[in-house]
Parts: sequence; C-alpha cells; structure tokens
Amino acid sequence: MYSGNKSMREAFGHALADLGAHNEKIVVLTADLTDAIKVGAFAKAFPDRFYQMGIKESDMIGTAAGMAIDGLIPFTSTFAIFAASLANQAIRVNCAYNGTNVKIATSHGGVCVGADGATHQAFEDVALMRTLPGMTVLVPCDANEAYHATVASAALDGPVYLRFGRIATPVVTDPNEPFIVGKAKILREGTDVSIIAMGMMVPFALEAAETLKKEGIEAQVLNIHTVKPLDEEAIITSALTCGCVVTAEEHTVIGGLGGAVAEVLARHRPTPMRMVGVADTFGESGEPEEILRKYHLTPEDIVHQVRQVLKEK
Amino acid sequence: MKQERMKGKPDVQKAADLAQQLRRDTVRMIAHAGSGHIGGALSLAEWMAALYGWAFEYDTDNIKDPDRDRIILSNGHTCAIWYASLARSGLIPLEELATHRKMGSRLQGHPSRKAMPEFVETSSGPLGQGVPVANGIALSMRARSSRGRVYIVLGDGELQEGQVWESFMTASHYRLDSVCAFINLNNIQIDGTVQEVMGIEPLAQRLSSFGWHVIEIDGHDLPSLFNALQEAAETKGKPTAIIGRTVMSKGVPFMEGKAAWHGATPSAEQTEEALNHIGTNTRYRDFPIAGNEE
Ligand SMILES: Cc1ncc(C[n+]2csc(CCOP(=O)(O)OP(=O)(O)O)c2C)c(N)n1
Repeated sequence: MYSGNKSMREAFGHALADLGAHNEKIVVLTADLTDAIKVGAFAKAFPDRFYQMGIKESDMIGTAAGMAIDGLIPFTSTFAIFAASLANQAIRVNCAYNGTNVKIATSHGGVCVGADGATHQAFEDVALMRTLPGMTVLVPCDANEAYHATVASAALDGPVYLRFGRIATPVVTDPNEPFIVGKAKILREGTDVSIIAMGMMVPFALEAAETLKKEGIEAQVLNIHTVKPLDEEAIITSALTCGCVVTAEEHTVIGGLGGAVAEVLARHRPTPMRMVGVADTFGESGEPEEILRKYHLTPEDIVHQVRQVLKEK
Repeated sequence: MKQERMKGKPDVQKAADLAQQLRRDTVRMIAHAGSGHIGGALSLAEWMAALYGWAFEYDTDNIKDPDRDRIILSNGHTCAIWYASLARSGLIPLEELATHRKMGSRLQGHPSRKAMPEFVETSSGPLGQGVPVANGIALSMRARSSRGRVYIVLGDGELQEGQVWESFMTASHYRLDSVCAFINLNNIQIDGTVQEVMGIEPLAQRLSSFGWHVIEIDGHDLPSLFNALQEAAETKGKPTAIIGRTVMSKGVPFMEGKAAWHGATPSAEQTEEALNHIGTNTRYRDFPIAGNEE
C-alpha cells in the first residue's frame, strides 16, 4: 500500500473511496473542509452520498446520527478540535449515548497543525473521546494503519472516533498485517523497557529504540492503534516483561494514552513509568518540527525518559 | 497618540491610502510566513481602514483605557490584516509584522489573548465564538456606564455556525446598541461559494428578524463604510449589523473571487505581482523583513 512518507488523512481519503464502492450505505458528511480532510475523491465518485454541511460541526454530527438511526453508515469529517471539542455534546448524546453507528473521522489531531496555532491544535481530543462510554477510539500510527482503521471502523457497529494527523509521517507498518480493533501490535521486541506509543509517536518510538540499542538497551515498542477498548493484556504483559514503561503520544499527558496505560498498570501491575506528551499547556504557532521540539515530543525525549525510568527499575 | 471616536469629517483619501498599505502588509506577511489566510483578510482592507483610520477610539499611550473601543475578530483567520492595522495605528511595532505565524511571535496564526492580552479581547480561530464574548463585554461596559463601542468582524461562511445566531439573539434581547457587527459578505468559503456550501440568505431579513438594525453596503466603498459606522453609533436600542458586500482577495485580480485563495500562500513571483497590482502611496513604507534590503 504505502511506503516512505505519507499523511494519514490521504490514506483515509483513499479508504473512504474504496469503502464507498463496496457499500452503498456509506455516506460522508463534511463541514467546509473537503480538501483538508481528503474526502474529495469520495465526493467526486459518489456525489449522491456526499453531504456538504457548511461550517457547523454539531449540526453535522447530529445529522449523521439521524442517518445512522435510519440505517446508513455515516462518516463525518472535520478537524479533530472541531469534532471532539466543539461538537462534544452532539457526539456525547447523539452518538455515544444513543449508540449510533457514526464514524467521526478527524484530521489535524495533535501539534503538527503548525502555524494555525493553539486554537487549532487538538491536544485533548483522545482524552475527551475515550471518556465517553461506548466510544471506540482509533489512533493509527501511519498511512497503512489509517487505511485499515477506516475500513475496520465501517465494519464495527457503533460510534467510532478516528484521529489522523496533518503532516506526512514515516510509514512503519506492514500493509499486509491484519488490523484488529482492540489488539495492540508489538512492532519491536525487547525486554529492557516497554515504549507504548500511539499515532505519529510510534515511528519516533522506533527511532528512539534504535538509539537505545546503541547503548545496549533493548526496547519493546507497542503500537496502541486502539486507545479504546484498550488492549490491557498486551500492556500488562509488556510491563511484566520489561519492568518499566514509557508512553508516548502527540497529545496531553492528562487523560490520553499515558493516562489510560497508568490506569491499567495501577490496577493490575504497578510499574515504574514515564510519559512523553504535551504538558498541561496550550500550543502555539510554529513549524511542526519546532513545536515537537519545544513541547518535548521527539525521539530524543523518548530516549531521555527511558534513561530516567530505567533508574527506577 | 489618541484617536477619538468618529471625530470630524473622515478623510477618504487618507483611509484609501491606509487600505492600500494594509493590503500590501497582508500579502507580505502571509508570503513571509509561508502560510495564512489571504483572501478573507484582503476583503477587509477598507473596513479596517475606516475603523482604525477614523471610527475606532484608542490611545497608544493608554492602551488599556477602560473606555476604549473594542474589536473582536470572530473570523480569527483573517488576523493578518488586523495585526497590520494595529501596526499602522502605532499600537504595535511595524517590524513585528514579519514575525506573524512564527514560533514565539505575539502575532499568532489566530489571535491569541494568551500571547497578546493587551489587544486580543478573546482568542479566536474556531469560527462562531466571537459574538457571545462581544455581548458579554458590552453588557459589562454598559453596567459601568462606559461609552466604548464593541465591534465584531464575522465571515459569511462563519454565519453557518449556530452559536452565532444564539448570540445575535442575546444582543437584541439586551438591546446592546454598543455592539456593531461587520459581516464580510465575500460569498466565498473554503469549499466554494456560500450558496453552494450552505446558503445563508435572505441574510438581511434574517438579521432584522433577529432584532438587529441592518445596513447593507458595498464593503469596499469608504464613504459608505463611514456612513454606516456613524449610523450604527447613532442607532439606539438595537445592535447594528453592517453587511459589507466584498470581494474575496480584493485588490489582487488573479486571486479575486477564488475559493482557492482562502488559505493559499503566494509564491515569490505571485507576491511580486500582487504587490504590483496593489500599488504604493507616499504616505506609507513597507515594513522591514530582516535580511531583506528595504
Ligand atoms: C468551528 C470551525 N470550523 C471550521 C474551521 C475551519 N475554517 C477556517 S476558515 C473557514 C471558512 C470561513 O469562511 P468565511 O467565514 O466565509 O471566511 P472567508 O473565507 O471569507 O475568509 C473554515 C471552514 C474553523 N476555523 N472553525
């Protein structure tokens, strides 16, 4: 499928168009961001199943819920911040509480929105979504997974939140690997430290693992593409094997992947742990690389936290 | 320097020169930043020139004057031209315009109260959030008998957000006559024309049925803008909406009326061409960009 560098939102656009060709129930709604979230190919191929909703995200998601109630499989599309945050109430009641079959697809999750700045950078969307009962939360780590996650979400009955990034990121997964919702994937074996990552931090975790290898540290890298329902067993096993854990997410450290992993480990297997993620702060304008550096979201930051947590093992 | 609210007869030529320079500044800022929202910003040049050149009360020596006029860019993405207006009014240094959208700048990609509390009444960017805050400021100012006026700038696509209409209701319910909204009716949003994407007409009727005083003008005609601003200030018991019919990317023919220029960045050649179209006047000089000979 994909290799090199590719944005997840592009892969999402391809997957939607493919899904549309096989399933007439798939409909797509957008809120004036057709090109940004790459639903243009679907719109072109299936104009009768494409609904332009204007700049009104809550209305879009409520409308999608109505369509789902009548049997369609709607995908809504907008930026992460305008779905998870702005339209939160519509998602909470119309989708999660109702249990409607709405797929809330989002792009521009995380800090790599860049120069648009704090208002557009979704640091908290995964936390907001994973606290909703009944919500499935998918955070693919590259374009291949974004494609698979999109297809898998359509096969699930119930609300799903999909988070894609803006920028092109390295493709690190094998396109032929099966993608099973709720099943974490070990991307690298190791026994010294467990690096548990989601989204574009997964390629960074692999990079960090290579740096650590030179220091004689073998890291296991666990890719959590499904933040909810979380693969607790994989997390506990990894913690048991390695004895210490570093989580990595392009998201706030409050309530996101790190929080979810900490909840599991506190209950079942308390383990020394560090989190790489955005501290309790808003973002700002800048180039994605500058922001990643300033907010400590680089492979070097993962390496640094590994060195710290190893001291507590 | 203090500019008093709508004092004397407005000077049309002076405002036209200011509008021209604001266009130059906007193009240069966005080109230098490498990203930004040029189309909607260029639609606002005359509005900003009429406001900052005549109507708006501010004092560069007392920027926190509690009775100053306020402005909220509810369509925060158009902020480049507003930052330029602040600079051309002596409120922020001219050189700062070259920092727009860059790491560490006060001139964030969308107006940030966190980065610039002196000037940004409320952070904006997510569309549809400005009017309620404007109403709140107006209610509080009224409670302390302040004469300050509260201006709001809205995009036409932005009017699709439901919250805008909730707050339009509040403004008329509380008879907020200090509130004046400028609607940048350039007919373009990201995915196409407003009619294609999600129609908002009949806008004037909708606004008046929501209890607003409505003035419809050519948003690039300075005398009409001055009159509308005056009429809004004299209207009692109702908020005023000035529906300004504008052209997306006005002043740069190859960008005009094209949705693609909502958020595109001009190349070096396009920037050159745009600046040639806009032209220059003797009243102003371009802001310096470090490393460039100006
Ligand atoms: C709540 C929200 N949804 C979506 C966006 C993305 N967005 C930024 S500008 C824009 C179009 C705005 O159109 P309009 O108000 O007509 O402004 P103009 O294009 O004239 O500048 C959109 C959809 C946003 N900033 N906020």
